[in-house]
Amino acid sequence: MKSAVVVFPGSNRDGDIIRAIRAGTGHEPVKVWHADTELPAGTDLVVLPGGFSYGDYLRCGAIAGRANIMDAVRAHAARGGLVLGVCNGFQILVESGLLPGVLMRNSQLKFVCKMQHLRVERADTPFTNRYTTGQVIEVAIAHGEGNYIADEETVHQLEAEGRVAFRYCDADGQIGSRTNPNGSFNDIAGIYSSGFNVLGMMPHPENLIDPLVGGTDGLALFQSLVSGKPLAA
Amino acid sequence: MIPNSVKITPELVAEHGLKPDEYERILKLIGREPTITELGIFSAMWNEHCSYKSSRLHLKTLPTKAPWVIQGPGENAGVIDIGDGLACVFKMESHNHPSYIEPYQGATTGVGGILRDVFTMGARPIACLNALRFGDPSHPKTRHLVAGVVAGIAGYGNSFGVPTVGGQMGFHTRYDGNILVNAMAVGIAKADEIFYAAATGVGNPIVYLGSKTGRDGIHGATMASAEFDDKSEEKRPTVQVGDPFAEKLLLEACLELMQTGSVIAIQDMGAAGLTCSAVEMGAKGDLGVELDLDEVPCREPGMSAYEMMLSESQERMLMVLDPAKEEQAKAIFVKWGLDFAVIGKTTDTLRFVVKHGGEVMADLPIKELGDEAPVYDRPHIANTYQPTVAAESVSAPMSNADALLKLVGSPDLCSKRWVWEQYDHLIGGNTVQQPGGDAAVVRVLDGPKGLALTSDVTPRYCEADPVEGGKQAVAEAWRNITAVGGQPLAITDNLNFGNPERPDAMGQFVGCIRGIGEACKALDFPVVSGNVSLYNETNGRGILPTPTIGGVGLLDDVTVNASVGFKAAGEAILLVGETAGWIGQSVWLRDVAGREEGAPPPVDLAAEKRNGDFVRGLIRNWGVRTVHDLSDGGLAVALAEMAMAKGVGATVDALPAGPAHAVLFGEDQARYLLAVKPDQADAVLAQAKAAGVPVQRIGVTGGDALILPGEKPISVQALRSAHESWLPNYMAGHPTTAEAA
Repeated sequence: MKSAVVVFPGSNRDGDIIRAIRAGTGHEPVKVWHADTELPAGTDLVVLPGGFSYGDYLRCGAIAGRANIMDAVRAHAARGGLVLGVCNGFQILVESGLLPGVLMRNSQLKFVCKMQHLRVERADTPFTNRYTTGQVIEVAIAHGEGNYIADEETVHQLEAEGRVAFRYCDADGQIGSRTNPNGSFNDIAGIYSSGFNVLGMMPHPENLIDPLVGGTDGLALFQSLVSGKPLAA
Repeated sequence: MIPNSVKITPELVAEHGLKPDEYERILKLIGREPTITELGIFSAMWNEHCSYKSSRLHLKTLPTKAPWVIQGPGENAGVIDIGDGLACVFKMESHNHPSYIEPYQGATTGVGGILRDVFTMGARPIACLNALRFGDPSHPKTRHLVAGVVAGIAGYGNSFGVPTVGGQMGFHTRYDGNILVNAMAVGIAKADEIFYAAATGVGNPIVYLGSKTGRDGIHGATMASAEFDDKSEEKRPTVQVGDPFAEKLLLEACLELMQTGSVIAIQDMGAAGLTCSAVEMGAKGDLGVELDLDEVPCREPGMSAYEMMLSESQERMLMVLDPAKEEQAKAIFVKWGLDFAVIGKTTDTLRFVVKHGGEVMADLPIKELGDEAPVYDRPHIANTYQPTVAAESVSAPMSNADALLKLVGSPDLCSKRWVWEQYDHLIGGNTVQQPGGDAAVVRVLDGPKGLALTSDVTPRYCEADPVEGGKQAVAEAWRNITAVGGQPLAITDNLNFGNPERPDAMGQFVGCIRGIGEACKALDFPVVSGNVSLYNETNGRGILPTPTIGGVGLLDDVTVNASVGFKAAGEAILLVGETAGWIGQSVWLRDVAGREEGAPPPVDLAAEKRNGDFVRGLIRNWGVRTVHDLSDGGLAVALAEMAMAKGVGATVDALPAGPAHAVLFGEDQARYLLAVKPDQADAVLAQAKAAGVPVQRIGVTGGDALILPGEKPISVQALRSAHESWLPNYMAGHPTTAEAA
């Protein structure tokens, strides 16, 4: 299991996700600088961490989506390699064209940081095979622009192909506006690429890996990655 | 462009905030008329903010030493030893005036400034806290100021990537025209790798790092003066603009640079920017400094020496570097996309020389710039005596249950979730106790240690009795740290007061300092850093005296900590400390009985120490995990908070003697509430008796309501609803109970 965590200027949860990968996979990830043009040989997983890449100036993820390293990340994804983008990483994935849709300003127009329940929509992907389908987990969210939206056709396709990874829900797994923290369409908290090898999600599983600090509901995502196997389509 | 040859008139001197006798002092010191650049430098160095001229005499009385103190006041931040080769670096600082003018940017740059103070010393920031005071909720500006300040703190801290884990927020009409924004940052460094401001070595390069210099933050009054330039330069805002992205890069670049061993001295450019930082580096190292302003990276062309020396552009640092490692250092800054420029050198002349365009714009004695700043023993008068309010003399206007519902939903005591959910309080994955408890608990690196962090002050106590109020602020910080299981180690103080030239305001300052000093001594809780903010007044009326205390404590094993919420049914509720029913200056007296008066509760520091040490022992050695400090709103509000935290109710069947309203809502000090396992209660009571600590069993946990003796049950749901709704309703512009009242 070789993973590479891309560090952009302004990334700030790179340390958190490195700690989670270490805890979940038992392997030490390598940091890759945004200005590099190649990933380390043999990289299985590329992680785009949370933060405010390039200050989130212009538009969240817009500049990072066009950084030098992203050509290598796109090539890695095209080969079927695993890519995980969390929070700002999700924003970068949509800006770089690796995932469809956009992440708009939260509907209440404020940054929101709190614990949030998610429903795991399927447990047969490289990212979720240690969860069960329909399992409700509680993880952190911390974002100002997590309001996912895409055109009708795209959303229809995402739903039809089962590419919604997580939905915001309540403790019982019920969805609805009351539990949706940012106005995201269809309560979408994360989506997969068509090959299920790219996952973008707004919540922070990397901050829930320790019973002392909020719980361990995020750990299984990193443990799932150990298998490294893409979804058998 | 401001020429350097401007005639120095009395008006110009006054516009620089210098008194005629202070100007005389300058003339005597340098033996000639200063240039305009020199006048600007003097005004920056000798203003209240940099020179502490009104406060210095009194600050000297504060205890600042302990075996665990590595660095006390006088550096960018205080440093304490927390064992295992680690040090905790922390400080609190105000950004009150800018935040009133432009709340978002004022708050933002306040956070940025305090973070810089911490990482300048080689520490990676791991937590931020704040203390906010706003005017009356009904004041037309209050809502706008709350929204802007909170968004500003969030905007900076969230992007920079530090969790904002705690704080306090209160409202009072005395802050209507002068809000308070105090920001605290806490960092961790290796104890033997702390960086200081004192320069060493003659001829070493002085390097400018970070963002470019612009015209922001230059003293407005001077900039606006027409006599400088008939074409009238554009009047720039005097509030600086923050760029958290630049600061994040500066942090990473500085910490990386420090690893190379090339940094000899470092100072952030905060108030009075280049002037203060360069002078401090030279003066502290007994060296002269020569700057060549042609090398300063500027945001726009045509900036004068005067402007460059006084600019308060953010996210800038000054360093003295080992010349052998200059190229290596430069490469790190280029990698992070930041400016790196050699703008001067250290000299053996003890002069502060500023050159621009080949001309000498300033040439001043560097030591005297700081050392010879005026020091004032301002006249001060003790405050007037406030009589004790006897509990029997005030009848309760409503039932105690109704009073409790009113208080938990009042502006000062309501939930501040609306605020802290805008702060990223979880980044770093080390936030063991989130905002809303007694003190935040943050794990240090991967453990096992943790820090307990809090900010406290009760301004109405300080107003009624500055000495007792000063003591209480320290005692409450100490108590909050104790309540989570921490050993209180040291404080930073952020002293917000009115105009020191008014003897009554100066008297409040002097009294509070005395109280703070007494409490720090008695509790072994030294002051290691701080900030003074005076002249907080509008239209001749000062703010409530507000000496905010930022406290830091240590948990040797962070897994051994206590929190506020009742955790299980059937546990015994124990009240630690003496309950006399002191209602003078209580929130109940003010918000329920409508009387803001009386002497505040006295602080018995020996009792604080005895009771606190006992409670900490129970957490550490007896496995007690539910503890809450009693403060605003007294026993009843503390019980409600413990019930609301996890939704476990309680039945109280034995109150201390006295009128019920006074016992429930009085604010006697040195008290805690605990919940212990039923089979543990008798042993705890016996232990308390042996230790001479008053402890009383008052009830039992369980159910979904809080039941007080003789009162109708109050459902936890009703408490939560009142507690959680006030602030969101207020901020949304919906009617609130407090406004309707």
